[in-house]
Amino acid sequence: MSKGNLTRRGVLKTGAVAGAGLALPTYLSAAGHEGFTNAPTGSTVTLGFNVPQSGPYADEGADELRAYELAVEHLNGEGDGGMLNTFSSKALDGTGILGKKVEYVTGDTQTKSDAARASAKSMIEKDGAIMITGGSSSGVAVAVQALCQEAGVIFMAGLTHSNDTTGKDKRANGFRHFFNSYMSGAALAPVLAANYGTDRKAYHLTADYNWGYTTEEAVRSSTEAMGWETVGSVLTPLTQTDFSSYITPVLQSDADVLVLNHYGGNMVNSLTNAVQFGLRDRVVNGKNFEIVVPLYSRLMAKGAGANVKGIFGSTNWHWSLQDEGSKAFVQSFGTKYGFPPSQAAHTCYVQALLYADAVQRAGSFAPCAVVEALEGFEFDGMGNGPTLYRAEDHQCFKDVLVVKGKENPTSEFDLLEVVEVTPVDQVTYAPDHPQFAGGALGTCNNGA
Amino acid sequence: MDAIILQILNGLDKGSAYALIALGLTLIFGTLGVVNFAHGALFMIGAFCAVTLSRLLSLSHKVEIPGAVDFLGNPQMRDVPYIYEIFGENLGATIIDWAVPLSILFAIPVMILIGVIMERGLIKHFYKRPHADQILVTFGLAIVLQEIIKYYYGANPIPTPAPSAFVGSFDFGALIGFDPGTIIYPYWRLVYFAFAAVIIGAVFAFLQFTTFGMVVRAGMADRETVGLLGINIDKRFTIMFGLAAAVAGLAGVMYTPINSPNYHMGMDFLVLSFVVVVVGGMGSLPGAVLAGFLLGILESFASMREVIDIIPGINQVIIYLVAIIILLTRPRGLMGRKGVMED
Repeated sequence: MSKGNLTRRGVLKTGAVAGAGLALPTYLSAAGHEGFTNAPTGSTVTLGFNVPQSGPYADEGADELRAYELAVEHLNGEGDGGMLNTFSSKALDGTGILGKKVEYVTGDTQTKSDAARASAKSMIEKDGAIMITGGSSSGVAVAVQALCQEAGVIFMAGLTHSNDTTGKDKRANGFRHFFNSYMSGAALAPVLAANYGTDRKAYHLTADYNWGYTTEEAVRSSTEAMGWETVGSVLTPLTQTDFSSYITPVLQSDADVLVLNHYGGNMVNSLTNAVQFGLRDRVVNGKNFEIVVPLYSRLMAKGAGANVKGIFGSTNWHWSLQDEGSKAFVQSFGTKYGFPPSQAAHTCYVQALLYADAVQRAGSFAPCAVVEALEGFEFDGMGNGPTLYRAEDHQCFKDVLVVKGKENPTSEFDLLEVVEVTPVDQVTYAPDHPQFAGGALGTCNNGA
Repeated sequence: MDAIILQILNGLDKGSAYALIALGLTLIFGTLGVVNFAHGALFMIGAFCAVTLSRLLSLSHKVEIPGAVDFLGNPQMRDVPYIYEIFGENLGATIIDWAVPLSILFAIPVMILIGVIMERGLIKHFYKRPHADQILVTFGLAIVLQEIIKYYYGANPIPTPAPSAFVGSFDFGALIGFDPGTIIYPYWRLVYFAFAAVIIGAVFAFLQFTTFGMVVRAGMADRETVGLLGINIDKRFTIMFGLAAAVAGLAGVMYTPINSPNYHMGMDFLVLSFVVVVVGGMGSLPGAVLAGFLLGILESFASMREVIDIIPGINQVIIYLVAIIILLTRPRGLMGRKGVMED
């Protein structure tokens, strides 16, 4: 090994300088002419789209970005207007937001909390973004939400499904349109009972991180409430690729249902492995063995290929819905990009429009005014039926879709079919529900 | 008992992939003295050879489905592979179905070429540099390679199924006297294990029983002396690099039906494979194979619920724990040779 020019003194000096630099308070330097962070002064307003552009969720991030670009077009009066035509609020008129043309900057979350915070911080400090939105992971959402709260900007979460985003980690400046683990459990349980019966023994494989825990807890409590028994539960490392050694113990147990609390690459691999091991051909306790995937996404279904056929799961939205809002969005997105949008694209598009609408109705970009406009806001025409942005936790309450892997897909996008639209009442919970306990919204922050 | 047999089978299967990658790593280290962090990327590129061939065979043109419309109301199209028109629908479909095994033929020349280009184009310039430089440059190369693959194929896993004849699982338990359905194992994983055994056997036979192999082994033992005898050892070592790349690539090709390949799969295996090499003993080919299977089996046992209940989290650390114990008790690894990496 070669010797470098490192000396003890040199290392100490460098360390001291670097340490002093790091110890300096990191002020979020924002222009505060109007009494809030990044108040727009010219004829434009800048939104910050923080999506995974690299890393394992890059494809999902690319779809989110497509949706945001479409939303910006529609806000600025270009294109066919998409969901602006079906949105129940008519405050937006295609002239930007409060007459200011919408511009945007993008950041790469890399699906890492620190990278996502760094890119959001850069968009706020350097690019003057007044709102941050996007993301494909709950870890990232929680981290960026906390940063936006400190910085005094609004955070409109992208795809984040953990209960904690609007539970113990909720913040006054953060809002989530996407559904959550509790809602998945509440929507899935009755469908599972109707299809597989109430006398079932479930075995859970759960990704060893925050989202996995809340999803297992939600599905367990919903299925146990209707009579299922949980006979096993194993945490699997997030980095696991071959799940065979976790699948084979399922063969040895007397479980007749396997619940895969996995997302992304984990789900693609665990489901593929489970099918390879013949779980779907098994008969246990006189019943056909079944697999359940609580949270589906089209990209995951695509990755798992034919293995998803007939497997139940839940999703926030699906392009095959036939309400006017969904049809308008699918038409608009499909015409521009040539394929139907994913649920990630949908939630991001809707979040961008909801933010713009709230500013327009509030007559101000000030975060606290936007928070007030969004809290308790009821709307329709955005693809999920009548929806409420609940004031107590900033979570959207709307219908949830239970889907199943399609037996005979007609195209590479036609992988899931909607089995049931679970009405919002069935997935609504009290703000102080134990699965969401421990956090407080606090007060909104206008920043500088 | 059946649970133990299943986990041994799992371990052998996992170990096959570790052993194949570690074998290539050791070949390169033993011959060229280079610590090749881009070796996982070669495994990944091999997998994408299967994806590429499968896509090439499925190249299609669009034919309108009468009366059907797509999501935008335009006429619905369906893909008709060109291969159907060349070989007829039945034979064409069979060829596409067998894309993964056919990719072996495609991957061998591609991987050897990539290996030789990598060695001649970049790595040879780092032979006389410290191991830290080699690690940095090969790690950088691995990132570049995976980003290239991501650019062309996306970040999402791409399903690449096994031929339909190998889909499903085999009731191993019934064969050895257990109750039916207690020990079942997927056909393709058995194929993978057999394939790995053949490749490992072939590499050892090549090194043991051919003149070329004899010279390479001599070069591994004492490069300078072999050079003094007038043998162009560099050329042979370049070929060995190509061969090691092909071994990693073939491991990747055959792995695609087990898990849908993505651009990151090489990195997932790389760290573990290095542990395998170190535990086996740097530069020892039998050590790499032995350690590959050993760690694969240990990892499988550590992920059993009964084991996790006793020692929570053991599934995440077992490999590293065993590596520490082995290196403390046998600093050169299981079958390490004296003097390797000790200068």
